[in-house]
Amino acid sequence: MTIEARTNVPATVESPDAVRSLASGAPVVLEGLVRHFGVTKALDGFSLDISPGEFVALLGPSGCGKTTALRVLAGFEQPDRGRVLVDGADVSAVPAQRRDMGMVFQSYSLFPNMNAVDNVAFGLQLRHQRARQRRARAGELLELVGLSDQADKYPHQLSGGQQQRVALARAIAIEPRVLLLDEPLSALDAKVRAELRDEIRALQQRLAITTVFVTHDQEEALSMADRVCVMFRGRLEQVATPSVLYAQPATAFVAQFVGVSSRIAVTRTGNAVELFGRAVKIRGDLASLPADPLDALLRPEDVEVHGAPSGLGVVTHRSFLGASTRLEVGIGGSTVKVDVRSSDADGFEIGLRVDLSVSARDVLVTSQRPDR
Amino acid sequence: MASLVLEYSVEEVPPLVAEPGTRRKIRWGRGLVLVVALAYFIIPVYASVDFALQNNLGQFSFVTLKAIPSQPGLGAALWLSARLAILTMAITLVLMVPTVIYVHWRMPRFRRVMEVITILPIVIPPIVLILGVLDAAPLWLKASPYMLSLIYVVLAMPFVYRSLDAGLNALDLKTLVEASRSLGAGWISTMRRVLMPNLRSALLSAGVLTAALVLGEFTMASLDLWQTLPVWIVNFSGTNPHVATAVAMFSLLGTWFLLLFIVALDRSNSRKRRKIRA
Repeated sequence: MTIEARTNVPATVESPDAVRSLASGAPVVLEGLVRHFGVTKALDGFSLDISPGEFVALLGPSGCGKTTALRVLAGFEQPDRGRVLVDGADVSAVPAQRRDMGMVFQSYSLFPNMNAVDNVAFGLQLRHQRARQRRARAGELLELVGLSDQADKYPHQLSGGQQQRVALARAIAIEPRVLLLDEPLSALDAKVRAELRDEIRALQQRLAITTVFVTHDQEEALSMADRVCVMFRGRLEQVATPSVLYAQPATAFVAQFVGVSSRIAVTRTGNAVELFGRAVKIRGDLASLPADPLDALLRPEDVEVHGAPSGLGVVTHRSFLGASTRLEVGIGGSTVKVDVRSSDADGFEIGLRVDLSVSARDVLVTSQRPDR
Repeated sequence: MASLVLEYSVEEVPPLVAEPGTRRKIRWGRGLVLVVALAYFIIPVYASVDFALQNNLGQFSFVTLKAIPSQPGLGAALWLSARLAILTMAITLVLMVPTVIYVHWRMPRFRRVMEVITILPIVIPPIVLILGVLDAAPLWLKASPYMLSLIYVVLAMPFVYRSLDAGLNALDLKTLVEASRSLGAGWISTMRRVLMPNLRSALLSAGVLTAALVLGEFTMASLDLWQTLPVWIVNFSGTNPHVATAVAMFSLLGTWFLLLFIVALDRSNSRKRRKIRA
């Protein structure tokens, strides 16, 4: 069977033999999952539909329930309520070892008593493949993750990145219906993390395996996933493509958790709020708007700054970010973050009086913080 | 409040190295501790060997060694002790390994309770334990020497638990079990292919400690009226103390060799693995 990449992102490795017969992505449905740990509600009616071959990232702060959701899907936790459907079949009561899901863990999970090739071949051995056949297959998969020269090494002889590559090869060796990645990059240093991130994404696209990736790192989620599912307090806040999630956050939590936002106290007039002397349309459903007082949430790139001796704002802080420089402007008791090109940033010294304007067509508003 | 006075300028700060005499003192100290410890262990062994290698006239002789094989009841006592050691090891490992793994994996909070429970056999006097067992055990069990194995399992618990606990602490048990299960392994496969090989050293040391305990245990066997090797040695010491002491020395040597054999086996396996890696 030939596997075709779903997008134009090139695979980092070429090994046609290794990818044969791996296109086994299955649709996954998580339906109204509830899971308690004592008095803590880890999942509170969490639902999510995942298409075959889709790469979905579960993103959220610690304790939001993303790992619990993954573990329920893997079969390591039983939900108190709700169902898990894979390929249309309810697998809620199926034990983990019969769910046919490959998993890569946050901590290094290679079996210390086996070398790399035996680790990869472990799942094939359990499926009664002949020794020669499974070793050959394991060799192909190690080649696929760029570690064919490390086949005889034991886990303690491999670096963290190499161990996670072997773990990935081991997980896909069993041709899983769903690939589960539980923060597999969090223990790695920044450079290796970035490399492996690209490799995992390319491999997933090449193999078209339905993949669920748990992370608390928004950069990872946004750069790797087809869709990102933001979770908070055991519930789904928003699930959308990375660009929609960033540009059109559905809730205040998403706006503040994904990317950078500034909160500014505003007054509502009809379907708009007044921001820096201009009426700006409110984004979303007006019927579900919270009651006054309100805050507007603004991305740094949605605000423009102009030097003005009689301006109402004052530049209070500057951070050089490379191509852009982030300014913090104090205005009317709020602090607004504004991104300007670094080449233009010299004109905005700390203490300079400035005026702000909103370049976005609409803004998200939310209840004002109680401490205001 | 006393003022702080700098005794050195920055350039004059002395290097952080010990004075030449200090290191020598430490070495002497260590050497002294080693000599005292060795003397503590070696003098009784030397005294026993010296006594065992004497004839009835107090002269150096190998006659006691030659006489050992022909002593009445020794073979049977040795064979009984060996059977009890094997059976005790088997029961202990079958009971303790899954229990300790389960507690580590599923009930980590219960580990403290396990530690307390497993220390009880050391706290409870053996006489209380055996009298309780003799009172409670059914007649058919009391009539069998293998009842001793059941008691020895309890006595071995503190050592076996601690060996296994140390072995499991060195593993990321939860992740290994879950990785194995996600790849399709059931409990038996996970135990056999993943956990047991990674607990080999812990299992070996638990086994050796159990065997050593059984081969040296006197009180329980004596009160239960079974002639195991230690009981035979004590009984026979009245008849021929030189031969009894010689047998005791061989028993000690046997336990040491068992220990060395298992350590060597463990090292040889590790070396093989290193060779394959190279």
